[in-house]
Amino acid sequence: MFGWLVWRDLILAWRRRADVLATVFFFVIVVSLFPLGIGPERETLRTIAPGVVWVAALLASMLSLGRIFGNDYQDGTLEQLLLTPQSTYLIVLGKILAHWLVSEVPLVIIAPLLGLQFGLSQNSLAIMVLSLLLGTPVLSLIGSIGAALTLGLRAANVLIALLVLPLYIPVLIFGTGAVQASVGGTSPQPYLLLLGATLVLSLVFAPWATSAALRISVE
Amino acid sequence: MLEVINLSCVRGTRRLFTALNFAVNPGELIELRGANGSGKTSLLRILSGLATPAEGEVRWAGKNIRSLGEEYSGTVAYLAHQNGVKDELSALENLRIACGVAGNDLSKVDARAILAQVGLSRQQNLPARSLSAGQRRRLALARLLTSKATLWILDEVLTSLDDTAIRLSRQFIGGHLNKGGMAIIATHQELELSADRMQRIELSK
Repeated sequence: MFGWLVWRDLILAWRRRADVLATVFFFVIVVSLFPLGIGPERETLRTIAPGVVWVAALLASMLSLGRIFGNDYQDGTLEQLLLTPQSTYLIVLGKILAHWLVSEVPLVIIAPLLGLQFGLSQNSLAIMVLSLLLGTPVLSLIGSIGAALTLGLRAANVLIALLVLPLYIPVLIFGTGAVQASVGGTSPQPYLLLLGATLVLSLVFAPWATSAALRISVE
Repeated sequence: MLEVINLSCVRGTRRLFTALNFAVNPGELIELRGANGSGKTSLLRILSGLATPAEGEVRWAGKNIRSLGEEYSGTVAYLAHQNGVKDELSALENLRIACGVAGNDLSKVDARAILAQVGLSRQQNLPARSLSAGQRRRLALARLLTSKATLWILDEVLTSLDDTAIRLSRQFIGGHLNKGGMAIIATHQELELSADRMQRIELSK
């Protein structure tokens, strides 16, 4: 059942790939604007790179959050999903996994290319990918809570941002911390461990909170 | 099997119905009637477990459906106003994926047979976007046929269906009741079902 759900969301994303591409292009453009705006000062670029990439990733993931449940809510398939004899926790987890695969993984893949613009070393690029791999699932997990709470509201997208961005702060700090440490020549390990801990924590609690929020929104 | 005890529903500041009591047993049909806005859909959503009542409770086999959770969901099929059909998927994909997600995998052959039963053979590979309102309703009916639920909760099941499809749905509902199933149907049209045991519940404004 879990496989069917993820498969369903992947097919749907493929048939609406313009939405996904828009998110990726947004990410690329936001990150690329900084070197253009700040100028080719190598040292400066290298210092701001981790923050720029991470902030752009947060914003890009915000763009796609409304789609986790929004379309399913509108055509009534969300109700049908909630009425299947499966635990809501698993359903939510499946949808989050699909969202991560569709909306976040492309960002992780393209990030090292963008990092090159900032003159990051190969080692730092690798750490950046690793930190994004650990951190972006947290964005999907926490974001799903906001998406579920704002389901069916008029200003949903603005509200999601207000609800979710503050909760993203730990991920931003640990994520940029890891890359900055590697740029500065110290060990990024503590930051990566903290990111991993955040991931485990949100993996346990976020789907549960999202399920509760969904039940309220659908009612 | 299903008991409704002292149920009331409040929407905003309006009380839609109070102290509603009835029971449904195997083979029984409940026809739910009432003007627009009298709370038919709200009642059906409470019965399906999607909404919570303001007062009272719904029991399945003696237990509150709130405490049964997913166990109860497995015995209920709810056909809402919205068909729950994905525009981007073809009719065949819609049916197979809906079944797969619900936990009863459907082979392609079986899915085609069921689509043929509801008269969507020729449209099986068309994206649901290009289906008409009635054809989408037929697709929702197909999903209903695949479910193993004993309790069917149907909201305005006959809307936008043509005469053939209306006859078909009557036949499906009749078959379901004959097998010992139960159905609660909100409708404005005559169901013309010859169930042995049929109750009519009228919600007043």
